[in-house]
Amino acid sequence: MSRTVLVTGVSRYLGGRMAALLADDPAVSSVIGVDVVAPESPIPGTEFVRADIRNPVIAKVMGEAHVDTVVHMGVIATPKQAGGRSTMKEINVIGTMQLLAACQRTATVQSLVVKSTAAVYGSGPKDPAKFTEDMEPRHAPSSGWAKDSVEVETYVRGFARRRPDVSVSTLRFANFIGPRVQTAITGYFSLPVIPTVLGFDPRLQFIHEDDGLEALRRAVVNPRRGTFNIAGDGVLMLSQAIRRTGRATVAVPSPLVATLGRSLATRGLADFSPEAVRYLTYGRGLDTRAMRRVLGFEPLWSSEEAFMQFVRRDELEVDVA
Amino acid sequence: MPADPAEVRADEVARQIADEGRDLVRSGDAEGWTDFVRRRLSGEYPVDDYGFDPELTDRVLLALARPLYRSWFRVETTGLENVPGESAALVVANHSGTIAIDSIMAQLALHDEHPAHRHLRMLGANLVFQTPFLGEIARKAGHTLACHPDAERLLAAGEVVGVWPEGFKGIGKPFSQRYKLQRFGRGGFVAAALKTGAPIIPTAIVGAEEIYPMIANAKTLARILGLPYFPITPTFPWFGPLGMVPLPSKWLIHFGEPISTAHFPEGAADDPMIVFNLTDQVREQIQQSLYRLLVRRPSAFG
Repeated sequence: MSRTVLVTGVSRYLGGRMAALLADDPAVSSVIGVDVVAPESPIPGTEFVRADIRNPVIAKVMGEAHVDTVVHMGVIATPKQAGGRSTMKEINVIGTMQLLAACQRTATVQSLVVKSTAAVYGSGPKDPAKFTEDMEPRHAPSSGWAKDSVEVETYVRGFARRRPDVSVSTLRFANFIGPRVQTAITGYFSLPVIPTVLGFDPRLQFIHEDDGLEALRRAVVNPRRGTFNIAGDGVLMLSQAIRRTGRATVAVPSPLVATLGRSLATRGLADFSPEAVRYLTYGRGLDTRAMRRVLGFEPLWSSEEAFMQFVRRDELEVDVA
Repeated sequence: MPADPAEVRADEVARQIADEGRDLVRSGDAEGWTDFVRRRLSGEYPVDDYGFDPELTDRVLLALARPLYRSWFRVETTGLENVPGESAALVVANHSGTIAIDSIMAQLALHDEHPAHRHLRMLGANLVFQTPFLGEIARKAGHTLACHPDAERLLAAGEVVGVWPEGFKGIGKPFSQRYKLQRFGRGGFVAAALKTGAPIIPTAIVGAEEIYPMIANAKTLARILGLPYFPITPTFPWFGPLGMVPLPSKWLIHFGEPISTAHFPEGAADDPMIVFNLTDQVREQIQQSLYRLLVRRPSAFG
């Protein structure tokens, strides 16, 4: 069966690459990319529709094109990308609600793939070493992207109940990293001096950008119901990661990290929201057995290797050229 | 003039720490150490999923505690043959001493004296992991939060896991209660052993009770500081940091005969009766073992 896929959030890096990747896939006949703003350059093989998923236009687009698969990558991680926290929240939560309403209305929709984040597990001293998908957070996130993602997942579960005929997969990603992607975490590791929480050395996990996209592609062409943690193998301690970058650090008591961080991060996406600081304090680990067993996905890069691809991005870019 | 035995011992420990320090940098292993330092600086060392850093643990953390084990407490360890060389096991021990030095000594005993040099992976309270520095070091030394998922994951991976089911009730008890086992939590550790079929090794530690004899607990102060207790000992807080030097008691550690959990039917971990009985059996065995060790020990500081 040939698919018609709708991808949200295509004007950002990962969404754009996802759309292009799907357009290239023999199992996919057409790709419709949706975003609020137009992508910087046209995405090969993708029909771009400029639409705000916050309003019902999206339902019309989906109905007319007989979309059968929806890939939701429209959740924004930092207020800087959205132009303010309230816009961000609106795009994330109201946008998802509208998108799901449209999916519910569109009879042709058979599968929904949601790019979520491991941040929904929160971060704290009572966390087990590795979260499995069925675990409840011990320190539920109370703000920002993480909280938006928790709400998004709640609506997605509601949708899955109302449309049991649709296969819904939610992918909870560790931090994306790699030679090109720019996120809050790459912004953090690009600061001239990296602030850390005094007396803590969190465990971090990463997923290489190419691996992350491949996991999403897998979920599109080979739909599997359920929630899946997606991360590269192993962990890196924050101290270890920083030493790999060769950058200077300054360890400050936890209440001062956000203030110092914000003054250092005048540009870029580095995030020092309370939730981000908790992550930099306690870290997190994901159990990825279901990713292998059910989704049949095997990442090519470990957390460490993915991080090294980010550290060596300059030489790698030269190689590419 | 015959010197005070404690003074002699202090000298000995100081010398040993100096020796260890010299060993750390001295030739023979100098190359290893240059490499070690280079790896530390470049971040190129392995850690496992729990944050356990074996290189740092072996080279630095255990090396720092070793003089305490050898010269200060003169720990004598028996029953190591009861700890398997490769497979999983759950070491369950009594907890005492105001500060959890007993767990560090048990870790050293297994690492230094067991033929397979096993790392004891302990399960600690969440207070440990929310305390700056302490939580960081605990993870690097191979320990993790006391919770079902972590206990089962470590046992399933074939590790030797250590639990102190008395928790703060054990280490924070008054000196008058020494060597009396406190209540054993909710038996979560037994359930983890049952689920993974790992043997339980009841372990008795004698000596830790005397290192900081707690004569009173400043409860109000503890509440203000957010601690489970605030110890008052004959030397602390009166002598300041000097009062934090542990008394040089004589230690005996005995790893007892393993209690097998493999023969229980599936689902035994969810049968509260089996779990309670097994918990009692482990507790009883540790208590008996404590009495035997106390009889064997000539005196608390002997």
